[in-house]
Amino acid sequence: MEIFYSILPELIRIVVCAVCGAVIVFGNALVMGYAERKLAGHIMLRPGPMEVGPHGIYQLVVDGLKLMGKQLVVPAKADPLLFRFAPLLAFAPVFVPLLVIPFSSKLQGFDLDIGLLVILALASINLLAVLIGGWSSNNKYSLFGAFRAVSQNVAYEIPMLLSLLSIIFMTNTFSLKAVVAAQSPVWFIVIQPLAFLIYLVSIVAETNRAPFDLPEAESELTAGFHTEYSGMSFSLFVLGEYANMFIVSSVATVFFLGGSSGIPLPYFEYSGIIWFMLKVYTLMFFLVWIRWTYPRTRFDQLMNFCWKYLIPFALVNLLITVVMVKLL
Amino acid sequence: MKSYFSELFTGAWSLILGLKVTIKALFSPIVTYQYPREKLVVTPNYRGHIDLVKDAETGAHKCITCGSCMRECPSDCIFLDGEKREGVKGKALTIFTLNFTKCSLCGACVEVCPTDALDYSNEYELAGFTREEFHYDLLKRVEERE
Repeated sequence: MEIFYSILPELIRIVVCAVCGAVIVFGNALVMGYAERKLAGHIMLRPGPMEVGPHGIYQLVVDGLKLMGKQLVVPAKADPLLFRFAPLLAFAPVFVPLLVIPFSSKLQGFDLDIGLLVILALASINLLAVLIGGWSSNNKYSLFGAFRAVSQNVAYEIPMLLSLLSIIFMTNTFSLKAVVAAQSPVWFIVIQPLAFLIYLVSIVAETNRAPFDLPEAESELTAGFHTEYSGMSFSLFVLGEYANMFIVSSVATVFFLGGSSGIPLPYFEYSGIIWFMLKVYTLMFFLVWIRWTYPRTRFDQLMNFCWKYLIPFALVNLLITVVMVKLL
Repeated sequence: MKSYFSELFTGAWSLILGLKVTIKALFSPIVTYQYPREKLVVTPNYRGHIDLVKDAETGAHKCITCGSCMRECPSDCIFLDGEKREGVKGKALTIFTLNFTKCSLCGACVEVCPTDALDYSNEYELAGFTREEFHYDLLKRVEERE
């Protein structure tokens, strides 16, 4: 019984964190789904969703209801178990990284010493889900989408890790809270602008978004790995994608934009989340902006860019960082 | 080695220019019309189905019931008939129907009309549940028109 009382606060903490994580995942998907369509519309000089509610703000709710009402079709000769399992695998792991992200100096689920490793490890499970979904669909388009997703994500994980590693060398810690604390005078974007740029390019490829959306290239592969998915199993992939966008943008905020630091507000230990969210959504706006600006790259261009430009530059940047850390 | 870096810089510069184009578009006014709520003004040159012209002076149609349009029509979609009336020179028009489901919009009837009694209407919202909705009584339409 005493053990129970000693772990009770921790249990409550876990439950509260999980609920907050779910709220963030679903709320973020609603906001980003609407913002993406609205921004896409205005960039194309049209208004975007306008019919449901004032300026179409209930469009996503209606879409969600529609997706819930749709039949989940499993194609003939598809692997039924893996086919059902893949969307869950794409969606379930996105909650955990939210637990270690420091939204403000006190709003953090758990401050792990290996916070960054947890995020990176769980973010790459999404790739496994894409591979399983594409393979089990028994469809050429899905399989090609899955191929491309794997090769692209594996390639772009390297510059992403290298650019984060140069920050890690400077801070000597994987704990996200410590990284935020380390940039109290200047944000790391000032010291490491190249690493930030490389990270920014890599996350576009990591989240499979245009101009690197080859895994779901509509014009070539109908819908890529989620061609055969309908209803909620499709929307779980989309929810996972938006949550991943949120996570990678949060990591960029923590590592380069100073986390929750900013002009102090009342109760800053908690209200720092306002600055944090502002930075995250600015980055997400940037991701949406480039999605509706650039045409899709060809696959060899994508790979050439990674192996010939991003990785050498990231390595050189890392080398310079290491030398400078040693010297200073 | 030189092209390696020059490609990088020209590429990056073109990407920035692209972003400039779209951010400008993002803040410029929209150009589309929310169709059922707002409607475009249809150009007078628009060629809808044919309609009888209303004479501005007499307030009546100008058809003399010669039947040229009916004979000219390649799709056989015009039917008209008239009768002899007291005090009216020639025949008076009693019926003028257009079966628009068969019309090929060639405009031969408008060309052939000796009195310019036919013209194109500006109707473009043509949707219906039955074919009979597109059997127009043009005589009734011209009488009802302002």
